[in-house]
Amino acid sequence: MATIEIDGKPYQAQPGQMLIEVADANGINIPRFCYHKKLSIAANCRMCLVEVEKAPKPMPACATPVMDGMKVWTRSAKALTAQQAVMEFLLINHPLDCPICDQGGECELQDVAVGYGKDVSRYHEGKRVVIDKNLGPLIATEMTRCIHCTRCVRFSQEITGIQEMGAPGRGEHTYIGTYIEKNIASELSGNMIDLCPVGALTSKPFRFAARAWEIQQHDTIAPHDSLGSNLHLHIYRNQIMRVAPKENEAINEVWISDRDRFSYQGLTAEDRLTVPLIKIGETWQATSWEKALAFVKEGLKKVISAHGNQAVGALASPTATVEELYLLQKLMRGIGSHNIDHRLRQVDFSDQNAAPLFPYLGQAIADLEHCGTALIIGSHLRKEQPLLNHRLRKASLRGAKIILINPIDYEFNLPIATKIIAPPAAWLNHLAGIAKALLENRSSLIPHSVEALLATVSPDAQQRALAQTLRTGNKRTVLLGNLATAHPQFSVVRALAAIIAKLSGATLGYLGEANNTAGAWLAGAIPHRGAAGNPIAAAGLDAYTMLTQGMKSYILLGLEPELDSCSGTAALKHLQQADFVVSLTAYRTATIENYADVMLPISLFAETSGTYINVVGNWQSFKGAIQPRGDIRPAWKILRVLGNLFNLDGFEYTASDQICDELRQQVGNKIIGNKTAWQIPTHLELNSTSGLQRITEMPIYSVDALVRRAIALQHTLDATQVTGIHINTQVATQLGLTANNPVIVKQNGAVINLPVVIDERVPDEAVLIYAGQVAQIELGAWHDQIELTATC
Amino acid sequence: MSTRLAKSDTTTLLSAETRTAIDRWLAKYPPDHKQSAVMGALSIVQAANGGWLTTELMDAVADYLAMPPIAVYEVATFYSMYELQPVGRHKICVCTNVSCMLCGSEDIVAHLETKIGVKLGETTADNKFTLKEVECLGACGGAPMMQIGREYHENLTPTKVDEILAKLE
Repeated sequence: MATIEIDGKPYQAQPGQMLIEVADANGINIPRFCYHKKLSIAANCRMCLVEVEKAPKPMPACATPVMDGMKVWTRSAKALTAQQAVMEFLLINHPLDCPICDQGGECELQDVAVGYGKDVSRYHEGKRVVIDKNLGPLIATEMTRCIHCTRCVRFSQEITGIQEMGAPGRGEHTYIGTYIEKNIASELSGNMIDLCPVGALTSKPFRFAARAWEIQQHDTIAPHDSLGSNLHLHIYRNQIMRVAPKENEAINEVWISDRDRFSYQGLTAEDRLTVPLIKIGETWQATSWEKALAFVKEGLKKVISAHGNQAVGALASPTATVEELYLLQKLMRGIGSHNIDHRLRQVDFSDQNAAPLFPYLGQAIADLEHCGTALIIGSHLRKEQPLLNHRLRKASLRGAKIILINPIDYEFNLPIATKIIAPPAAWLNHLAGIAKALLENRSSLIPHSVEALLATVSPDAQQRALAQTLRTGNKRTVLLGNLATAHPQFSVVRALAAIIAKLSGATLGYLGEANNTAGAWLAGAIPHRGAAGNPIAAAGLDAYTMLTQGMKSYILLGLEPELDSCSGTAALKHLQQADFVVSLTAYRTATIENYADVMLPISLFAETSGTYINVVGNWQSFKGAIQPRGDIRPAWKILRVLGNLFNLDGFEYTASDQICDELRQQVGNKIIGNKTAWQIPTHLELNSTSGLQRITEMPIYSVDALVRRAIALQHTLDATQVTGIHINTQVATQLGLTANNPVIVKQNGAVINLPVVIDERVPDEAVLIYAGQVAQIELGAWHDQIELTATC
Repeated sequence: MSTRLAKSDTTTLLSAETRTAIDRWLAKYPPDHKQSAVMGALSIVQAANGGWLTTELMDAVADYLAMPPIAVYEVATFYSMYELQPVGRHKICVCTNVSCMLCGSEDIVAHLETKIGVKLGETTADNKFTLKEVECLGACGGAPMMQIGREYHENLTPTKVDEILAKLE
């Protein structure tokens, strides 16, 4: 420890710390623009100059390491003169257009200029002007305002990992930008808006919409990925104007993904449903809540009396709150049906009884940064959970080995040690091979059944090498991604992953799907366990069975099954055939009108109070921040009234936190953790498939109903390249197909035309089709054989 | 770099000779510091392309050296020896920095402008000359000076300039 003196007071500091860190830790304000605690030190704005004893000139606090006995003055005459001079220089080329600048009122430059600037400029010469380049639909630019702090450039280099911003030019002609006109492709790009200390980079959807001092700030939790990033909502006249990150070092650090930042636009989508609607004959009628709920009760009662209570099934989106999911399962179980599920993209449920309390990351989020080796099975991590990917990126920059088994050769922004790119059907062979290679070195303490299972497997050189890599490294982890969960033989993938984890001494973890997947498991929105994972007598039907075999009646909570589930066509068919479909939905679409009998308008993220549980089991509750429009009600209130209408006990809640508390008591201190006992499938069927295999990925900006309606996000590169059928050049040449031309796609009887996209990331003998796209619904299931024929 | 569907094949823009020449630069640096060869590589590519760089060529260099394209643009826009617009067959770089200015570079510039009929930063219509103002080229002892191609011409006078220009094709 070093003792230093700042402004006459002694402080303790770690050797190697910079002066500004010590000052920040102790609440001493030093002005700065280029310094940011999460970025490398550039020391190019010079705003943080302070006086240091025995130093002839003022020193930049951000780049001056502390030394024992150092004496520093941050507000001495020498320091202040230096800071004022720097301020004057920074303002030379800055247009004083604060009145029309979105940053005005919350601008670091403005704030510091008030403290250190002169009220009149001595600069009479011409100011430089920078011509703006369009950076895409998310970030608005006004580069003349830029003061060249280079935070965005360093962010682009160090955090997004693929540098897109730079500082071309020299001297006075230097400017910050991309040089060529291009859309910023990073999924974290919005953070540049927060980093920019001036009004050069601002939020494009927010542009000219409100002033900083008119805005109210509310806290909430992000509604998309499994991380549960902490957010600030900026609200003006009951509308979300903007979303910014709320610092939480354990979860999202100081960042959020673009999806969490811009999805709020979906709240005000044109097809938002604002009144309850019931279908009388073939026409939809707006009605009161009383009538609508009575209609629901009657409809359900009719189905139950005709076909029994097992004829009713409930499907919920894992983006719903814990409270909503808990009440939905309580309602379902109250009327005597365990047919409830949220696992819309899963096919194989055969080992669901062996599943953990909820799919758990297996370690703290921050622990990922310190892993030595990570095997990721089936995940486009960078787009699925951008900030978990960021943690792994930090680990890999520290030397961790990241190993991938993926269907598509995704572009990662971190060094990958080894990768196997193969269609999902081939994963079993690879996983078994790796397990066998690990097994060969450890014969003791292995259950005989594992050896028997892998008896006929002989690993190839790549699998052996991969196993070898997995044996090295300090902290090892095996992570199952969303593409693994959706695997048609997920139970075997999971079992093999667990065997690999056990044999290599790694922690098994799940990367988690939606923001409240963990909450859905704990709330009991699963057919085989009650709330808090309590056992039930007989399991109900899982989502896949309900959607592919048909129910007489469905209750849907916040989802569009044709886009959200992995069996869109079958879902639509059975929903249309059902006698009575209740949709608790935020949006009114032609598809829902087609199959539903009642549409109940529900409030979404930011409009209701609730709780999300993230992939490490953090319960994060939030309050409603805005009043929803019209007759929209929180789903928990709707479900509570339905419970009352069915005369069920325990539906007397007056506030959502009572529901959360009730569940919390049931969960008590059940141990969170992935099971470590051996789970061995009885047999292992190694596939040798032939023909083209369909690979399906849920793209980043199609994951749920809200984000599908976020206009700005839908114009990003990630959202625009999800159309068509993706094949590599080799497959295209073989079949005589060329880019952009339509091809006849046949899958299990369905035939549609799709344009060809040449995509070298796709392996041979496979095609990539994105999920969540209206054009592709008809094709049906996510995993199947595909036949392509050229159109003449 | 956008999210790429295809591994780009921009390196085909670089001829085999160009790549061999860049490889000689690459050999001077450790394999994980390929970007150190960027200045050499850009000079080679520029020479092979008639004296200027296109964005596509800079992208090709970026791919070849495993750098983000923007990092190559930064280098190419920083140094005055890289041209981002087409130039004439002879690029005349006149130094107007302190030593040359004191020794009369303003007269040299004025003479050049009248002689070839273009202003600083312009190219003649017949594509023969490009006139460019540059900062110190490190030949103050022979001020005023200019550089044409790889040659330094020092102690310039209007007459000497005429002689030099007369010799050029």
